Amino acid sequence: MPASVTNFATHFFVLGDPLIYGADASIVLVTLAILFVLTYFKKWGWLWREWLTTVDHKKIGIMYLIAALLMFFRGGVDAILMRTQLVWPGMHFLQSEHYNEIFTTHGTIMILFMAMPFIFAMFNIAVPLQIGARDVAFPYLNAISFWMFFFGAMLLNLSFVIGGSPDAGWVSYPPLAGPEYSIGPGENFYLLALQISGIGSMGTGINFFVTILKMRAPGMTLMRMPLFCWSVLAASILIILAFPALTAALALLLFDRLAGSHFFTMLAGGNPMMYINLFWVWGHPEVYIVVLPAFGIFSEVVATFSRKRTFGYASMVASLMTIVVLSYLVWAHHFFTMGAGPGVNSFFALASMIIGIPTGVKVFNWLFTMYRGRIRMTAPMLWTVGFIPNFVIGGATGVMLASAPTDYQYHNSYFLIAHFHQVLIGGVVYGMLAGMYYWWPKMFGHMLNERWARHAFWWFNIGFYVCFMPQYLVGLMGMTRRIYDYPGDMGWNTLNLVSTIGAYMMGIGFILLVLDVVYSIFYGERDKTGDPWDGRTLEWSLPSPAPHYNFARIPIVTARDAWWIMKEARRGDLTDVSTTEGVESVRVTQSKQTAPQSLKQSGPLQPIHMPKDSGRPFVLSVCFFIFGWGLVFQWYWMAIPGFLGILASLLARSFEKETSYHIPVEEIEKTEAAYGRL
Amino acid sequence: MTVAEHHLHEWEEDHDLPLEYSTEEGGLKIFGFWVFLVTDMLLFACVFSTYAVLFRHTNYGPTPVGIFDVKGFTAETLILLTSSFTSGLGTLFMRRGQKGALIGWVLVTIVLGLSFIGLELSEFIADVQNGATMQRSAFLSAFFTLVGMHGCHVTFGIFWMTSVLIQVAVRGINTVTAPKVFIVGLYWHFLDVVWVFIFTVVYLIGELT
Amino acid sequence: MNKPFWTKWRHLMFVLLVPLVTSGCGERYLVLNPAGPVARIEQRLIILTIVMVLIVVIPVIILTAVIVARYRDRPDRTAPYMPEWSESKVLEVVWWGIPIVIIGIIGTFTVRDTFRLVKPQLPEAPLTIQVTSLNWKWLFQYPDQNIATVNYCKIPTNRPVEFVLTSDAPMNSFWVPQLGGQEYTMPGMAMRLWLQADKPGVYFGHGANFTGKGYAKMAFDVVATDAQGFDQWTKQVKASAPPLTKQGYKNLTTKQDIVGKQEFSSFPPGMFEADIRINGGMYMKHQLKEATD
Repeated sequence: MPASVTNFATHFFVLGDPLIYGADASIVLVTLAILFVLTYFKKWGWLWREWLTTVDHKKIGIMYLIAALLMFFRGGVDAILMRTQLVWPGMHFLQSEHYNEIFTTHGTIMILFMAMPFIFAMFNIAVPLQIGARDVAFPYLNAISFWMFFFGAMLLNLSFVIGGSPDAGWVSYPPLAGPEYSIGPGENFYLLALQISGIGSMGTGINFFVTILKMRAPGMTLMRMPLFCWSVLAASILIILAFPALTAALALLLFDRLAGSHFFTMLAGGNPMMYINLFWVWGHPEVYIVVLPAFGIFSEVVATFSRKRTFGYASMVASLMTIVVLSYLVWAHHFFTMGAGPGVNSFFALASMIIGIPTGVKVFNWLFTMYRGRIRMTAPMLWTVGFIPNFVIGGATGVMLASAPTDYQYHNSYFLIAHFHQVLIGGVVYGMLAGMYYWWPKMFGHMLNERWARHAFWWFNIGFYVCFMPQYLVGLMGMTRRIYDYPGDMGWNTLNLVSTIGAYMMGIGFILLVLDVVYSIFYGERDKTGDPWDGRTLEWSLPSPAPHYNFARIPIVTARDAWWIMKEARRGDLTDVSTTEGVESVRVTQSKQTAPQSLKQSGPLQPIHMPKDSGRPFVLSVCFFIFGWGLVFQWYWMAIPGFLGILASLLARSFEKETSYHIPVEEIEKTEAAYGRL
Repeated sequence: MTVAEHHLHEWEEDHDLPLEYSTEEGGLKIFGFWVFLVTDMLLFACVFSTYAVLFRHTNYGPTPVGIFDVKGFTAETLILLTSSFTSGLGTLFMRRGQKGALIGWVLVTIVLGLSFIGLELSEFIADVQNGATMQRSAFLSAFFTLVGMHGCHVTFGIFWMTSVLIQVAVRGINTVTAPKVFIVGLYWHFLDVVWVFIFTVVYLIGELT
Repeated sequence: MNKPFWTKWRHLMFVLLVPLVTSGCGERYLVLNPAGPVARIEQRLIILTIVMVLIVVIPVIILTAVIVARYRDRPDRTAPYMPEWSESKVLEVVWWGIPIVIIGIIGTFTVRDTFRLVKPQLPEAPLTIQVTSLNWKWLFQYPDQNIATVNYCKIPTNRPVEFVLTSDAPMNSFWVPQLGGQEYTMPGMAMRLWLQADKPGVYFGHGANFTGKGYAKMAFDVVATDAQGFDQWTKQVKASAPPLTKQGYKNLTTKQDIVGKQEFSSFPPGMFEADIRINGGMYMKHQLKEATD
């Protein structure tokens, strides 16, 4: 082999580490297996027609969910590797460089490629069904969003075996991540992967903001919306207002690295603090972007499984919106120790603590939704009840961290690590898993097995406390984050060992969860009714899985918990309503008048206007991937065609004539008859 | 049931509204584009604030006063402001259904946009020839990025406008093309507003200090 | 799940207590064992905030367990069921009110201490030590004594020490938990952190912000002795250690490696300030003034 080729290969492929050879082998094997299965069962056409070109929000939601679970696995393996290295001092499992790469990809993947797609999965699956719409406002953009996320995630994941992973932490602060101290393509992978998937996230934010404001069924006023939709609206506002800051930060750092500019360099007048500010102007709202939808899911789950109206609905909405506003006023609490002065620190400390107030109110409202209800401890409810103590502790340590002078002692220690894992796992992951169990029958038409679910929950939940409670303590003992090794004489050893055991328990919990999914695909109870949980909101009025046009007739909404009201009207037990408040009686009379109409489906059906499927979002995102890949290695011969491909895809869309079609009445009747609903 | 019926017939035209708003799809797209403009404005805001932080960091190299060409940026400003006006005229004639006038005014807008880009490029080339490159100092990095980002937006707008122009020429003014004309016009006005800020924050303040 | 909910919680509590019991003595909790006034103020505020948040945390956890136990859906359940009961002005006021009061108390003390910790309150002139974080070591320069050390520093007890922090490498953070909280060391910036030790001892310090490959080994010691011992030590360093030359400093910065403890009898004058200036300090006039005045 010529020397130039050898030289190229050794820089291109990451060599010399058995773990990475293992990853290489598994990637090749899995790819081959997928190719084989698709070819053997002649599924290529099916894959293209049903999935790669779909603009159906339900299918896009399912793809987001699968991607999120895969990324959860990858991020989880990273976590297990880290905890294995830290099991005791002087462990020779990972080298320093390798450990640094792993904690960087762990954080990046968990936030941007696990939490984000997971919430987007829930947005897509539930929002249009809950507001009585046939799709999102911009279905084509929705497909673009997904594929941009997907190829962004691919870009980051490939860095593990090709070119080398980023290793400057998920925050990627310059100058460490700048051209002076980070040589090689790793950081470029990070910057471009986040940029590409970030464009997708921005699209999703705009899409759901418009969908919720403009596409609600007649009669569904904002204050009649399910709380999950409110939380999605709040998260969308946050995405719209926060993501541009990330785009700017990443782009400018990329210019520093690729074009030799001096935004954040140490020399020639650059100012690294500017990056830190821009990053957290996005980064803090980002935390609420992922946690507010989880709050929304808890609100739905608690009301459904307590068979009771959500307590303090107006308070819940007010607290969501308060959090939206406040989340922009707290970013500097990520760097109290950057020397901003006591006035600035006091302001950000107070603003950060004040966020605790609306969050606390939400917890009380969930508790009082259960109070005087009839609680069914199903899988979604288990995760919700598990969330409450978790989040209360995490929130409390959050208030502690928000107190600027004490943050000087917690900052960058394991106390901080324990805190944000407690709110992000206890809040976001628990919320998303609750949502997954809750809407699974709506997505796939079968239930997940409850017994497996309980085992998964208890392993994960107990494992969580075993893993992270010791980390609070070890933080107070002075252990800092991001160290691959630690001195053995500090008294940190036992706590680290316990923490590692907890991490493995969580790993077992995750495996049980996956087994539950696999088991239930074959043996799970089929959902024939479309309303297996005795739900309250409109998605449960549809068969499971919902037909691709969702609603044969757009429902007319007369009150909050629209489907519950319709069912009450059908059961004729409206007289049982125990409230005496004026609003309630109005609601009852209204529903008496209108509910039977929408149930009987009087009048003829109309043809339904639907968007056409398109392969272009996929092609466009492939072009972005090629463009990004070219920039990572500064192969402009590759980046330029990629860029031209992006422009060509946009142009082709602009000139496209027929982007939609009508489903004829006969086809709707046939579909509805197949569900037994005609 | 009237509301619901309306909803079911969403693809039908509502003749009380201007043409671009007359279908539900058109209205949604315009609203969505407004929201997009919010994100784009915030992106510019972030780069503006970076410029504000870095514009004194000249690293013993060229300063704002040293490289800004008063005649050049005044001409750029006048051209872009005029093009915003002509683009507005285009939208006006689109609403009246006058295809010829619409095409004419959009063409004028494109020509003005091109001359703006030409002037900006010649300014950049002159700067680089004088040693004022992006790699020279933090100030110049921020300057080229902020003004160049606006220039890229304008360039993209020219291509976009051309594509819409061809569609109007071939397919006429209808419920599909009308929102496109309207949206690209919005985009153009937005770039004009951003330029006013660049004119003030970069060029005027740069000259005064 | 056949067992009542609370029995599971009891198991959980047991699991939580194990690490506390097994980790042994409380002295290991450096943050909670202050050895100087700064760390003590912070420790008191930590304890105050813990107590305040527990006022909410404990009742909420108990309430969760009670509600879940009492309102589980069982055939023989007699507890009231009010599916439409969803509003109560009184309750809402209560739980908007409780957190507001608690946050108000914590906030007041937070603001007070934030201002209190800016400058030493003692009349005595502080000792100045200029700290530079490098890849991957700590350089301490004593401008008044004209000596320098690497990876450890000595301070006199009962006298405030003004650490002036910068970095000639990626941003790090200077943290000595028993003496007080940390502050970032940043290129082009000169930031002040005052600490003080009440009693002699060797205090553990560590870089707290990730700086790459050798970061995990960036521990250092802060050794506190009485004033006499400190003077003796400076004299001894002056007499016996080699000087730090410009070339020597260059070796420290450019060789990205991990080194042991070192002493130097002198250092090139103005080196610390020049570093800050070239790394961006020249654009921040007030920073430079703080570093040099």
